[in-house]
Amino acid sequence: MDMPTPNPEVLAKKARIVARLKEVLPADAVISDEVEVRAYECDALTAYRCPPLAAVLPASTEEVAAVLKICHAEHVPVVPRGAGTSLAGGSMPTADSVILGVARMSEVLETDYENRFIRVQTGRTNLSVSGAVEEEGFFYAPDPSSQLACAIAGNIAMNSGGAHCLKYGVTTNNLMGVTIVTMEGEVVEIGGAYLDAGGLDLLGVICGSEGQLGVVTEATLRILHMPEGARPVLMGFDSNEVAGQCVSDIIKAGILPVAIEFMDRPCIRATEAFAGAGYPDCEALLIVEVEGSDEEIDAQLERILAIARTHNPVELRESTSADESARIWLGRKSAFGAMGQINDYMCLDGTIPVSQLPYVLRRIGELSKDYGLDVGNVFHAGDGNMHPLILFDANKPGDLEKCEAFGADILRLCVEVGGCLTGEHGVGIEKRDLMVDQYLPEDLDIQMAVKDVFDPKWLLNPAKVFPLAASETRRMAAE
Amino acid sequence: MMTPTTEAELAELIAHARDPLWIRGGGTRDIGTPVQGAVLSTAGLSGVSLYEPGALTVVAGAGTPLADVEATLAAEGQRLAFEPMDHRGLLGTTGVSTIGGVVAGNISGPRRIQVGACRDSLLGVRFVDGVGRVLKNGGRVMKNVTGYDLVKLMAGSWGTLGVLTEVSLKVQAMPEAVGCVLVNGLSDEDAVAAMSAALGSPYDVSGAAHAPCGVDGHPVTMIRIEGLEASVAYRAAKLKEELAKFGGDMVVERDANKVAAGWAWVRDAAVLQGGGGDVWRISVKPSDGPKLVAQLRAVFADATVLYDWGGGLVWVQVPEGTDVRLMPLQGHATLIGAGDVTRSTVSVFQPEPAPLATLSRGLRAKFDPRGILNPGLMGA
Repeated sequence: MDMPTPNPEVLAKKARIVARLKEVLPADAVISDEVEVRAYECDALTAYRCPPLAAVLPASTEEVAAVLKICHAEHVPVVPRGAGTSLAGGSMPTADSVILGVARMSEVLETDYENRFIRVQTGRTNLSVSGAVEEEGFFYAPDPSSQLACAIAGNIAMNSGGAHCLKYGVTTNNLMGVTIVTMEGEVVEIGGAYLDAGGLDLLGVICGSEGQLGVVTEATLRILHMPEGARPVLMGFDSNEVAGQCVSDIIKAGILPVAIEFMDRPCIRATEAFAGAGYPDCEALLIVEVEGSDEEIDAQLERILAIARTHNPVELRESTSADESARIWLGRKSAFGAMGQINDYMCLDGTIPVSQLPYVLRRIGELSKDYGLDVGNVFHAGDGNMHPLILFDANKPGDLEKCEAFGADILRLCVEVGGCLTGEHGVGIEKRDLMVDQYLPEDLDIQMAVKDVFDPKWLLNPAKVFPLAASETRRMAAE
Repeated sequence: MMTPTTEAELAELIAHARDPLWIRGGGTRDIGTPVQGAVLSTAGLSGVSLYEPGALTVVAGAGTPLADVEATLAAEGQRLAFEPMDHRGLLGTTGVSTIGGVVAGNISGPRRIQVGACRDSLLGVRFVDGVGRVLKNGGRVMKNVTGYDLVKLMAGSWGTLGVLTEVSLKVQAMPEAVGCVLVNGLSDEDAVAAMSAALGSPYDVSGAAHAPCGVDGHPVTMIRIEGLEASVAYRAAKLKEELAKFGGDMVVERDANKVAAGWAWVRDAAVLQGGGGDVWRISVKPSDGPKLVAQLRAVFADATVLYDWGGGLVWVQVPEGTDVRLMPLQGHATLIGAGDVTRSTVSVFQPEPAPLATLSRGLRAKFDPRGILNPGLMGA
């Protein structure tokens, strides 16, 4: 993975930069020891590592502003970091960069049930946002699978989704306001406890900007009352086409489940071997979950099962207890662990139009044979967000490169059928060089022009999202 | 009036334009600081180019009449979730609303509180920027975090960043059944508290509005539920129980046509139509709504008021030339209905704090460096 050459001037003045950071932060919030900074050398994309110049852990918006002012003045690149769970390398450092971690900023600042929002510092983990309001029966809807660990800061940076966003939307649909610190150290409030923007929708463009426009330190999030109950149903089919058609028919029938999850045979077999959830050995499996009171769930499931029956399922499994519901979800929730048990794996995140599902799965199967690497598919089927898991052996020379080439082919396939490179993980460094497959140069130019406005010197997370060749002129001009 | 019929022709027109352009869809939403410029219409970029009911997506040219999009969707039992308002009654305009105009204004109705605004249903855009470049962002899939989200930025930019040529939208199935709990006689404070209780319940409310002076001249609070027949019946009954503590006399309306008519009345701010004066649309924290209205009433005793979005959207009609922002306001106020003179003297859009204004100006300078697209419409 190419990264820009570290700026030698920055490397040369490390001592001064660290000394200045220590003037505005407590001693234990500035990490500059060569061994200790290794803790920040990568995120969840562990194949790529680079220790940063230093890492800082500010505890307030004011401290973040002070850090950014220094880095701006010293011309040091800054890489914001939430909990470091990015699968796209969104918070991977360069040797001349300062990692700005928000982990110490995890307070709940305001909870308002009447107006249905919560305001938090962004180092707070996703799950603990819901945790802060669950006693009153509320929750925060976006639920990325890393929700136990991932921070709201990273959710906002990547516009994270989750299994339940079919009904509740992704981060951007649940974000009402932010406090953001610009690279120059200016604190800006955007949005708040009311809906929509009074002018241009700056909040909309900040969400999903991968930490390149500013450091989001506080967020106002929409909270909802929990549903009365939820229940899944499991369906097995003997072909991907039929399962895909069933998904389409459920959606067309006007029923909106909270989740429709899809697994293909390789994935089913792997999870059965690992978790023993008792899944049928079939070509494709769907888990459909609906919410409401018991009677409402019965009414919805009756419709869904009737649709499923028209597709000759090899299995239809209803749940009659919490235990059975948990068993239905068990295999799906262990899918990544199960695949990891077999081998190293790379998790992709392209999105396709749901109608293209059978074709795309067939092509992935063909590519799998061509590359000689196995692949399993787990899939948020309702919204077309695929997670192919490519298995490889990190200890085998050349296998990672082969896996990456296979992954790139799958993502290009997603774009070719009318989809996109990433549905919820973000571009980071992982898909940076594939951006040219989705966007024309001028489409990328207008996005980079947005960064020019927020961060004219291109110091915030500069080596991400855009192909290095495309961003080079801007990064160099600013240097 | 220029009416290009292809995206390339539109791009050519803009690339060669020397003077300001007044971008127009169907001309039904004469909103913003009046623009001096030659009219450039998108009406020629019309037609639904892709519709996949099973994927809940529709793609259409920006100039496609909204009614055509809605008819196409209705044929498959689907609709636009965000319930765009028809401004013609309120603004006294005629013409045919276009889907591009809806997106450019981020026009969203009562269901905004449940499913989000137009921007939340918008999956992708194609547009021509101020130097004539054809650009795209987003796509036609529901989850897409590939690069910056300029889709949101374009929604509600009122043609000041680019001229939309094509939009793709997420759509929604029409519900099998609808119901509306009507609570009569509540004060504004109690109404907002009742709406908050409903919206904070597990019953998936899709509309919550309060008219201090309803069709029959009395206060009415409306709570809408949509879904399967069994759900609507169950939830309406539950909501009726929960709202009993507010003391109003309650009725559950289950006639679909009557419910639709009632919510069209809210959506189009019908109670404010033809009343003279200026009409403002104010977005606030719901519990602030009644306080704001009380302050306004202290000055203008007979101001007409309508609350939507559970109290978070306050429509008010005040005497001509009044700037409601003289009241302290956490949120934003937009002057929707007023004459050219008022709209040239009072800021139509909420003036932004200095750092935000700098960012917005910076973005406009990048998207439209010559300042020829609806110049000044959203303020300097």
